[in-house]
Amino acid sequence: MAIMTGAQILIESLLKEGVDVMFGYPGGVVLPIFDVLYDSKLKLTLTRHEQGAAHAADGYARATGKVGVCLSTSGPGATNLVTGIANAYMDSIPMVAITGQVKTFLIGNDAFQESDVTGITRSITKHNYLVKDIKDLAMIIREAFYIASTGRPGPVVIDLPVDVQTAKTEFIWPQKVSIRSYQPTVEGHLGQIKKAAKMLEKAEKPVLYIGGGVITAGAAQEVLSLAEKAKIPVTMTFMGLGAFPATHALSLGMLGMHGTAYANHAIMESDLILAVGARFDDRVTGRIDAFAPHAKIIHIDIDPTSISKNIRVDVPIVGDAKKTLKDILEYMKKAPDTTRWLQTIEQWKKQYPLVYQKDDKLRPQYIIEKINELTRGDAIITTEVGQNQMWSCLWYKHIKPRHWISSGGLGTMGFGFPAAIGAQMGCPGKLVIDIAGDGSIQMNIQEMATAVNNKLPVKIVILNNGYLGMVRQWQELFYKRRYSSTTLKNPDFVKLAEAYGAVGMRIAKKEDVEPALKKAFATDNVVVMDFIIEPEENVFPMVPAGEALNRMLGGMA
Amino acid sequence: MKHTLSILVENRFGVLARVAGLFSARGYNIDSLAVSETQDPTVSRMTVVVNAGDEKILEQIKKQLNKLIDVITVTDFTKREYIERELVFLKITVDKKGFPKLRKVLDRAGADLLEKREGYVIAELVADQEHIKDFLGELECYKVQELVRTGRIAIAK
Repeated sequence: MAIMTGAQILIESLLKEGVDVMFGYPGGVVLPIFDVLYDSKLKLTLTRHEQGAAHAADGYARATGKVGVCLSTSGPGATNLVTGIANAYMDSIPMVAITGQVKTFLIGNDAFQESDVTGITRSITKHNYLVKDIKDLAMIIREAFYIASTGRPGPVVIDLPVDVQTAKTEFIWPQKVSIRSYQPTVEGHLGQIKKAAKMLEKAEKPVLYIGGGVITAGAAQEVLSLAEKAKIPVTMTFMGLGAFPATHALSLGMLGMHGTAYANHAIMESDLILAVGARFDDRVTGRIDAFAPHAKIIHIDIDPTSISKNIRVDVPIVGDAKKTLKDILEYMKKAPDTTRWLQTIEQWKKQYPLVYQKDDKLRPQYIIEKINELTRGDAIITTEVGQNQMWSCLWYKHIKPRHWISSGGLGTMGFGFPAAIGAQMGCPGKLVIDIAGDGSIQMNIQEMATAVNNKLPVKIVILNNGYLGMVRQWQELFYKRRYSSTTLKNPDFVKLAEAYGAVGMRIAKKEDVEPALKKAFATDNVVVMDFIIEPEENVFPMVPAGEALNRMLGGMA
Repeated sequence: MKHTLSILVENRFGVLARVAGLFSARGYNIDSLAVSETQDPTVSRMTVVVNAGDEKILEQIKKQLNKLIDVITVTDFTKREYIERELVFLKITVDKKGFPKLRKVLDRAGADLLEKREGYVIAELVADQEHIKDFLGELECYKVQELVRTGRIAIAK
């Protein structure tokens, strides 16, 4: 009989779940856990801020497909995790966040560093637990990992009071987990699948619209097979980048507000949309009532709440994307004739290519093109939020799943750098690049210490325009160039990098981009590249908020 | 349109807050709520009556209720055959002289007289919404000191 403390049971259970990486920050009520970690084989990576720990766990999960784990103390430690938890929730990332809590008898008494963590995180978690009895602890951990990683994944919070951490009981690891009220539908409805296959056979202008669910389900191969068999063009959501190779002739690139003109035109003209693991987000659809007016819509999603939420769907199929696509492929007897449709799309690609001004100026698109060229699409790219992010969507050729790590739903500035740290932990030896803006890099810049101290040689590309660029772009276009609070006076990023023990570089000329990138990628240390870019460069194409998808700015409509 | 939702949930702390949260986050007021254990003590039933301003939003709320880990099933009784009842307690001001007339009102409605005290009585009525409404209408000429309602419960036929 193994009698253990709650803290020991926690760590033992994490090991049983196969956790080998976790991120966190100590504090008063998690001292018993950190004491167990002191000589455990489970190593915790100490970040410099709990938000960094949550984003690192998230980045680790996105890069590896495993559950990301983070740990914080109660009160401010837990509230600092909140943004990271909400971020994982919006992008359906499997995460288990463990928070310390004050002693059970003090809960609700405004104790020192107390906050109602289950209350605060209720609407931003897939599920959460307050552990009141040590006897429940092992099962709760088992359930938390099961819930976080199955169905539509998401974050689960376990709030663990300090007296439960120090209490003792026999450690019994539950052999299996089954929750009667939680049984995700994996098998799609056969009748619906046959109907979908029939519709695909007859389609004249079909489009595959794929999202992050394809990556979660590991269904990239099935998407490729279907697209090639049926000769259907494929457009990716922001979260779906990498699920279908951007270099493929059938790729339309990303759709939506900052999507390619040809992807948006294809959606607007199509007669059949097969949506897979995507959720018709407002950044994708533009004006809802004008979205894809001629199209029937088939929607495959593991989450029934995503279906017919924003857009009326003709054939809903609740199920696992991989399994369902396989079934559709099996039931599809003949490929539709899409020859004319593909010709039209080729026409659009020629007529409305992605463009930027090619001159002597240092433009961000050029830098990203160079990164793509040098890495051949094989690096893990993380980004911050804003222009840096949209340029990275458009100008980097995403060819593999789990190589694109960026905050989609929540749009969290400060995500990219800690996420890169997490990705690098999960994929040692892989080139991990955070493409950042001068604004967002400062939101979690303290994690420089984490990266340097743990020898995680993340490369940071700062596209420095001295502005909060995306907000400035909106102010330019929609607020008469009244640049309210978007002009930044920045620190010297090179000196800052050096102060942390990293390598700093400043690049202001176009011809210096390639040598600098080459040098940085060959450096076995954290490198900060401060690229002084054309300050008022905009992200185009752009569909103004609330407009129809084919009403693009940037000469594309 | 008013909807009566019958929600079977795990009988544990926090579940009510999760369920209520889906309504409150959208600014939806719950008209009536009754929660109690079922024949299985590990399962509770919540009967929620809500006025859906927008049917599409209610549809989304129902899907999201189903998605909550602690929710076992969600049934919308609105388009089904079901029986609903609510229990109402009333404390009504009445003097000796007025009592016989009040008694008749109570009897007609099928309400029970539970307490008769100096200056007031306590009555109880178990009925459906229509009857309760009619009954309260008939009491308009009386001073009702307190009105306590359990919230509706419903069962499918």
